[in-house]
Amino acid sequence: MRDSTFLGLNTDFRSVAVPASTHGTKADRRSPLSGFEKICGSAKLIMGTLTLRRSDNNRTLAQERVILSMASAVPGTLAAFLCFFSLTVNVPGALAQEATGKQQTATAKPEKKVTEIKIGYLRAYAPQLALSVLDVPPRDEGVAGGNVAIADNNTTGSFLGQKFSLDVTEVKPDAEVVPAFQDMIAKGNRFVVADLSARQLLSIVDLARDNGVLIFNAGATDDSLREEECRASIFHTIPTRSMLADGLAQYLIWKQWRRWVLIYGSHERDQLFAEALRRAATRFGGEIVGEKLFEDTGTARRTDSGVVQIQRQMPVFTQDLPEHDVLLVADESEVFGTYVPFRTWTPRPVAGTAGLTPLAWHPASEQWGGTQIQNRFAKASGRRMVSKDMAAWTAVRILGEAATRTQGADPRKMADFIRSDDFSIAAFKGQKLTFRKWNQQLRQPIFLGDTRSVVSTSPQEGFLHQLSELDTLGVDEPETKCVLK
Amino acid sequence: MQRRACALAIVATGFMADPASAYMAYVSNEKDNTMTVVDTATMQVVKTVNVGQRPRGITISHDGKHIYLCASDDDSIEVIDTASLEIVDTLPSGPDPELFVLSPDGKTLYVANEDDNLVTVIDIEGKKVLAEIPVGVEPEGMGVSPDGKTMVNTSETTNMAHFIDTSTHEITDNVLVDARPRFVEFTPDGKQAWVSAEIGGTVSVIDNQTREVVQKITFEVAGLRPESIQPVGVRITADGKKAYVALGPANRVAMVNTQTYEVEKYVLVGQRVWQLAFTPDQKTIISTNGVSNDITFIDVATDEPVQSVTVGALPWGVVVSPK
Repeated sequence: MRDSTFLGLNTDFRSVAVPASTHGTKADRRSPLSGFEKICGSAKLIMGTLTLRRSDNNRTLAQERVILSMASAVPGTLAAFLCFFSLTVNVPGALAQEATGKQQTATAKPEKKVTEIKIGYLRAYAPQLALSVLDVPPRDEGVAGGNVAIADNNTTGSFLGQKFSLDVTEVKPDAEVVPAFQDMIAKGNRFVVADLSARQLLSIVDLARDNGVLIFNAGATDDSLREEECRASIFHTIPTRSMLADGLAQYLIWKQWRRWVLIYGSHERDQLFAEALRRAATRFGGEIVGEKLFEDTGTARRTDSGVVQIQRQMPVFTQDLPEHDVLLVADESEVFGTYVPFRTWTPRPVAGTAGLTPLAWHPASEQWGGTQIQNRFAKASGRRMVSKDMAAWTAVRILGEAATRTQGADPRKMADFIRSDDFSIAAFKGQKLTFRKWNQQLRQPIFLGDTRSVVSTSPQEGFLHQLSELDTLGVDEPETKCVLK
Repeated sequence: MQRRACALAIVATGFMADPASAYMAYVSNEKDNTMTVVDTATMQVVKTVNVGQRPRGITISHDGKHIYLCASDDDSIEVIDTASLEIVDTLPSGPDPELFVLSPDGKTLYVANEDDNLVTVIDIEGKKVLAEIPVGVEPEGMGVSPDGKTMVNTSETTNMAHFIDTSTHEITDNVLVDARPRFVEFTPDGKQAWVSAEIGGTVSVIDNQTREVVQKITFEVAGLRPESIQPVGVRITADGKKAYVALGPANRVAMVNTQTYEVEKYVLVGQRVWQLAFTPDQKTIISTNGVSNDITFIDVATDEPVQSVTVGALPWGVVVSPK
């Protein structure tokens, strides 16, 4: 079960990877796996103890709660890494041993070396607060999805002699990312999944282009990255704000709830989403009859008696809005959005970043084979799958698909395949997903859900398009400002 | 919708039931945990049977005495007596069984376990697991060659058809097909395996000798966007001349000429058509239409829809009793 035996794996495309005759009993075959479970289990325990000690100082109760909730996610990530590491070492090792046995008996098939495909994962991370503790982003948000896709790719890779690995580097949200990206290039990564801000992404695109590196944006929803600032070295698996807003707007129009009021936050990203909602209104025939800015005055996210005040303040804040069908909220910054539903002056449904929310993935989606990926993800990471996890899973799976279809690990061939007309990817969204050629954005349906379940999926029935109904979501080719370079 | 129902009703009035074709069709209804029994001569529902949770794959013993039904959420295969229509036994299946195939000798079930990347081989009489074969990610489609020597499994995320030697339980070949392969059907002469790809929108015809894709069948329906054409169930007539392919949300069953690989007809059935089954006399093929909660009888001679019959909620699979 050592790494060295792995190299002997017979990797002819049509050859046997896992002969069952050498498997022995079920218990025998499963024993390495139960070994991992032990390793992972103890890693969780150790990390648990460490993080508890860390919080052993003079923090406030609220801070402590946040830290604990973070901490609960931390061991999961590290354990997942450990597990993944063990998997890449042990499982192929087991396969190799078995395959070696096969080589002696079967007619000789040409031997091929196992090819390794290294994928970098560069993310900006800092603990974030949220209005509801339930909305605090998981510590391994995105990364966990990437890891599940690596495991999926490796199952397929075991039949083809391909081994995938994910190399994760974290930087601070406003930090310089060039050195970390240079390190990744130096380590031989030719594909990098990025969960970075638009500014950080733009700081590495030229470097990517000059070194033949492809970046998969699995985090930034900024339309500008697909429009005036689009680049040939970036593919986008996460939808844009305009795609999300359009997905929501189509549903509201389908419901014939046409009169909207909009409350938006004072930070840049809130205003960008508000702008996407305004665009969607014009596009699909909604009418924004009133708007209001909710200024962030720097109040604490959670206070002990906060709810009492919110219950009195939010009705007053929404009292002077004109008559409307739906109240739209644009608060990506988590300043007030969660406080809007059930507290408005008039009883109206809430949608946007609160209430009915447009998403790239919903943790409760079970349609279109979704149950399988959800089960796999929950088993691997110990939590439900969210949008960024799906965007990262899709990015890593796209690379797996490219390696399978080109039957190799040549980055140039893989990139050519991804750019070609033959490319498509299945991602549990009911139809094949392809890239928009003009700006390299992945076309995809948008989930609309509340905190519990999926309410609908856009595009809605009746929103037609001459090429793909998915192109009714977001900026379409005739309107694009993108000139790929 | 209503217009189509009317059209079907008009067609139906001109159809004379053949009294000789008195078979029972058994339909698994994924959503309401039931199995609907339909008399294929009268095209009437005879009985609705309560079964385990999330019934999907369904097949029948060669003597027609027992139905095997994958109760996916109960992690078991239920055995239903066709005389009493009662669950008389369960078989071990491994977790989340979705689809399976019965060996030609009727002794062995090959089961796809979607959640565990495994194919489980079950000895029906001994009620025990003979082998577990690791395959690709999300195994689903299961087919067995008429001589029983080769079993094929498809894995939906790995996008391969895994050819498995049934004597050794070893994978001998992995054939790459299009995205989300759902179903495998061998030609009656055993020379080809037809594999549908739901998201890829194609059917790959694989030569069982060379284990290479010799033909890729594509589908096109005027007025339908290509993404809505999602091939799932495939059935080939006993004479090997015609193949029927259920096209999912395209709401149609395609009839393919197996010599030319040309689609000769698209038969409009119900919504989201997934699985198919012939009556033993091969005069009728029945489709399960999930979203419209019905099954459609198609006349194999004319390839015209004859009648649709409402069954349970989200009908998934269908099998017809042998003679």
